[in-house]
Amino acid sequence: MTSPVLTVENLAKRFPTGRSGVFVNAVNGVDLTIAPGETLGMVGESGSGKSTIGRAVLRLTEPTEGKIIFDGRDITKIPEGQMRPLRRDMQMVFQDPWSALNPRMRIGDLIAEPMKLHLGLSKSERENKTVDLANRVHLRPEFLRRHSSDLSGGQLQRVCIARAIATNPKLIVLDEPTSSLDLSVRAEILDLLNEIREQTHAAMLFISHDLGTVKLISDRIVVLYLGSVVESARTDELFSNPAHPYSQSLLSAHLPADPAAKLERHVLKGEIPSPINLPSGCTFRTRCPVAKDFCEHEVPKPHHIGSAEHQANCLRIPDGGNRIAQTETA
Amino acid sequence: MSLLEVENLRTHFISRDIDNQIRVAKALNDVSFRLEAGKVLGFVGETGAGKSLTAQSICGLLRPPARIVGGSVLFDGQDLIEMPQEELNALRGDQIAMVVQNPRTSLDPLTRIGDQLVRIHQAHTGGPVTASRGRALDMMQAVGIPDPANRSNAWPHELSGGMAQRVLIAMALMNNPKLLIADEPTTGLDVTVQAQILDLMKGLTERFGMAMIIITHDLGIVAHYSDEIAVMFAGTIVESGPVREVFAKPDHPYTRSLIASTPEKLQIGGGAKLGGQPPDLYNLPSGCPLRTRCTFAEDVCATPPTRKQIGGGHYSVCHFSGALPEGGGPQ
Repeated sequence: MTSPVLTVENLAKRFPTGRSGVFVNAVNGVDLTIAPGETLGMVGESGSGKSTIGRAVLRLTEPTEGKIIFDGRDITKIPEGQMRPLRRDMQMVFQDPWSALNPRMRIGDLIAEPMKLHLGLSKSERENKTVDLANRVHLRPEFLRRHSSDLSGGQLQRVCIARAIATNPKLIVLDEPTSSLDLSVRAEILDLLNEIREQTHAAMLFISHDLGTVKLISDRIVVLYLGSVVESARTDELFSNPAHPYSQSLLSAHLPADPAAKLERHVLKGEIPSPINLPSGCTFRTRCPVAKDFCEHEVPKPHHIGSAEHQANCLRIPDGGNRIAQTETA
Repeated sequence: MSLLEVENLRTHFISRDIDNQIRVAKALNDVSFRLEAGKVLGFVGETGAGKSLTAQSICGLLRPPARIVGGSVLFDGQDLIEMPQEELNALRGDQIAMVVQNPRTSLDPLTRIGDQLVRIHQAHTGGPVTASRGRALDMMQAVGIPDPANRSNAWPHELSGGMAQRVLIAMALMNNPKLLIADEPTTGLDVTVQAQILDLMKGLTERFGMAMIIITHDLGIVAHYSDEIAVMFAGTIVESGPVREVFAKPDHPYTRSLIASTPEKLQIGGGAKLGGQPPDLYNLPSGCPLRTRCTFAEDVCATPPTRKQIGGGHYSVCHFSGALPEGGGPQ
C-alpha cells in the first residue's frame, strides 16, 4: 500500500469557554487516514466536530492534542512560515461560496490568486491557466471579467473549486460543499467533483451531514458523534451492515426520495448532549437504545467487523447486543 | 367542497427601479390547487420557485412590494383575499396555523414559553386562564416535550433547536387548527431530530384530522410524509398528484429532472443535467417558463401550455404531457 496523504492520530480540540477550567470538547481523540486519490466521507450531526477536524488537518485551527502527518511529514507543530509552502498541496472548499470569495475582486483574479501566491507563474501563464481552469469547472470565459455578485451559488462554488485545484493539491478538504445549493445544482457540482477527482487524483475529505450525498462520492466513510469516530467502513459496507447503534439510527433517519422505499425506523430519543459536559464512558449512551449499565464506565475501543477496514466503537459488539431491533413503519 | 381551494393565484412584486420605471416580478402565476381535510400536501421546487410565497399569500402575510393581483383563496368556503383584516386575524393562529423554518426567531424572547402558549389560546378562545394553562400543558405533552409543567417556565433561549420547533408546533396546535402550514419545518435540524419532528406532525394530522401543507426542498420528506405533491417552477405548479403516482411516473420534464437529481437516482457522471439558471421573474420567457432549459423544447413551447390530466388526480402543465418517452428526458 502506498503511504497515506494524511494521517491523523489521536486528534483533540478543546475550545475555551471564557470560564476557567470549562472547555467545549469539540474533538476527542480522532484517528484518520486518507490514501492518495481516495475520497473519505465524514458524516455527523451538528456539534459532532466534523468541521473542526477539517480545519485542524489544514492547521486552520490549532489542535490541542494529537498528530497530523501530511505527505509523510509531521505538520502538527511547524511554524506558519514553513506551513505556507505546504499549503499549495492542501486546499479547502467551504459551504458558503458567497462569503468565501472577495466581492471586490473579478472572478478571473480570484481563480488566479492561488497561482500568484504559490506557483510564481508569469502574468500571461496565469491568464492562460485561468481560462483553462474555468474550462475545467465548466464556467463560461465571459464570467472571468465579472464579480461574484453577478454569479449564482452553483457558479460561485465552481469558482471555489477552480481555486482549490489551481495549485494541483494532493488533498482537498470540502466542508459541506453542496449543502447551500438547490438539488439540480448540487447534482452538477457532484458531477464536477467526480471529474476533478478522476483528472487530478487528489485525495478528498468530504464533510457533510447528508448521507445521500456522502454515499455518492466517498470510497470510505467515518461516522462521528460528539467529536469521536464511532464507525468507519467502506461506503457499501457501512450502508449494508452498519454496526454502531448510532450509525444504524442515522441511516434509518435518512429519507430516500422514493415513496415506495420501506423505512426501518429507529428514531432516537432526545438530542446530542452538550460537548461541555461529555457523558462518561460511551458518549452515545444517553441516547442509545441498547445501552447497558457498563456503558457508563468504560470508553469503547474500536472492534473489527468483518473486513479490516470496518471498525466500530461500541461496547455491545462483543456480546452481540449492538443491533437495534428492527421495527418497520411505512 | 375542499378545505382549501386556491384558484389562479397571482402575486407580483411591483416596485420602481432607479430610473423610476415600474418593474414587475411575476413571482406567482396562476397557482391553483385543492387540499382536502386531513390530507398532507407537499410543495417542492428550487429556491425562488414560489413555495413560501404561496403560503404567505394564502395567509395574507405579504408585505409591499409583494401584492396579490388576481385569483382567489377559499378556506372553508370563505375568500381569504377579500376578507377584512380583523376577520383574517381571528382566523390566523386559530383555524390556520403556521410553523416556520427558524423557530428561535418566531418565539418572543422575553416571554416564558408556557405564557406564549396561553397567550395565543386566550386571544382566540378566551375563557379562564387556568383552562388555557391546562391546554398548554396538554399540547406540550402531545408534541413530546418532557416534563411540561417545569418546561413551561423555560425561556426560549434555554431551548435547543428541536425543542424550540416542538414549542412552535404546540403553539400552532393550541386552537385545534383545520390547516397547518409548515414552511421548511426541519431544515435547520439534524436528521435524527428531523425524524422525531416529522413523525410527530404526521401523527397529529391523523389524530386531529388536520390538513397540512409541507413546504420543503427535500424530496425525501415529501415522499414519505405527504399524500399529494405539487412541484413548483417559476411561480407555477408544473405537476401535481398523488405522491406515489408522481414519483413512479413523473411527467413534466422539470419533475423528471428533480427526481433524477436526488441522491437515490443520481448517476454520477451520467448524462446531461437540467442545468441553467432559474428564469428571471422580471422577464419571464413567453409560453412555458422552462423552455429555455428544457431539452424537449420545440417551437410550440413559446405558447403557454395548458394543464392536462394524465391520471387519477395527476396533472401536468406541458405541451407534451403524456407524449414524452417513458423514463427519458434530462437526467
